[in-house]
Amino acid sequence: MNGGQDLGGTQGHGAVHPEPNEPVFHAEWEKRAFALTLAMGMPGGWNIDAGRFARENRPPGEYLAMNYYQIWFAALELMSKERGLVAEDEIIAGHSLHSPKPVKRVLSPDDVLKVLHRGGPTERDTNTKAAFRPGDKVRMKNINPPTHTRLPRYVRGHVGEIERVIGCHVFPDSNANGTGENPQWLYTVRFDGCELWGAQGDPTSTVSIDAWEPYLERK
Amino acid sequence: MAHDHHHDHDHSELSETELRVRALETVLTEKGYVDPAALDLLIETYEKKVGPRNGARVVAKAWADPAYRARLIKDATPAIAEIGFAGRQGEHIVALENTPQRHNMVVCTLCSCYPWPVLGLPPVWYKSAPYRSRAVSDPRGVLADFGVSLSKDVDIRVWDSTAEIRYLVLPMRPAGTEGWSEEKLAELVTRDSMIGTGLAKQP
Repeated sequence: MNGGQDLGGTQGHGAVHPEPNEPVFHAEWEKRAFALTLAMGMPGGWNIDAGRFARENRPPGEYLAMNYYQIWFAALELMSKERGLVAEDEIIAGHSLHSPKPVKRVLSPDDVLKVLHRGGPTERDTNTKAAFRPGDKVRMKNINPPTHTRLPRYVRGHVGEIERVIGCHVFPDSNANGTGENPQWLYTVRFDGCELWGAQGDPTSTVSIDAWEPYLERK
Repeated sequence: MAHDHHHDHDHSELSETELRVRALETVLTEKGYVDPAALDLLIETYEKKVGPRNGARVVAKAWADPAYRARLIKDATPAIAEIGFAGRQGEHIVALENTPQRHNMVVCTLCSCYPWPVLGLPPVWYKSAPYRSRAVSDPRGVLADFGVSLSKDVDIRVWDSTAEIRYLVLPMRPAGTEGWSEEKLAELVTRDSMIGTGLAKQP
């Protein structure tokens, strides 16, 4: 979606302000929101792409005004409610008021390190052949889905060069909306700074994105 | 005055968030969906155990051991797993080698993708609009925000982490560190030097 999250090349945000000796978390609630988000992936049964869509799918002004863990937490509330795991009256009461819905699995303390170590690899076997090779010139399609996509606006319509064929990976545009992993070939595509930004571009800079085959057309 | 008002506003907003987080945790725990001990362990892991010291060990080893460096550049995920770092948000890692001609810088313009097993959780600035918007359009301007100025002869390569590939910058080894141990070299490797918004410390 063309939402507040798609920030590449937008202007007016000011300078970057690194915080010296920044702590990992800035408040106790951030720790709990972070851990709840990770732990609820298992009983919630949602995937990373659905989670990203739940975070970005809000008015851009709201998105930009929120602290990052507030965004995470808002998505966690939303997904938990959508799946009937909690209800608003329970959050207001601060207690469970309705009987729990059966869930497949809950993250136990014994499994935490194992689950983190395993992660969630997204590469999949395929019997298809990659359509592009390193050196091929490709144009990024001009797509504007209101649903989740990982093709940023700032490259759409622009021409880049395939730098690397990464492999066949889960396609977020499908995975986010529950229509399956639909694995697609993934490439690193490199763009010249001036191709993306015209006269304002830096001729000594290049930018790459990782793009799935459905985002590309042969130039 | 304006500043005070802003502060008060932030404070009340966060208090409301704080209450909701506490309420949701209680509800989810009462329903048996989460185990608070698992939450504590998740927090402890990312607060105390997984952080940029991991990445610094990888970089120092690459500086000290040419065979390891070659393995890291060729396929970083197994090379990093050799030292014991792997998993969530680092399932597919690529190492980017800085050279006198090329400087690499990593961003996620769409969210906050970051190589957790080697760098831990991202700092606030990495997730912020100023960094995510300008890293791709004005990388030298962003570097200036970090006090870094590179010669015009150096090509800047920005990597936008739009998929599940996570990037780790291998900064250049500072001169004057010949014969140093990996432990001593690791002390020169900063978090920002592995994102590409900084350089390794000089000895």
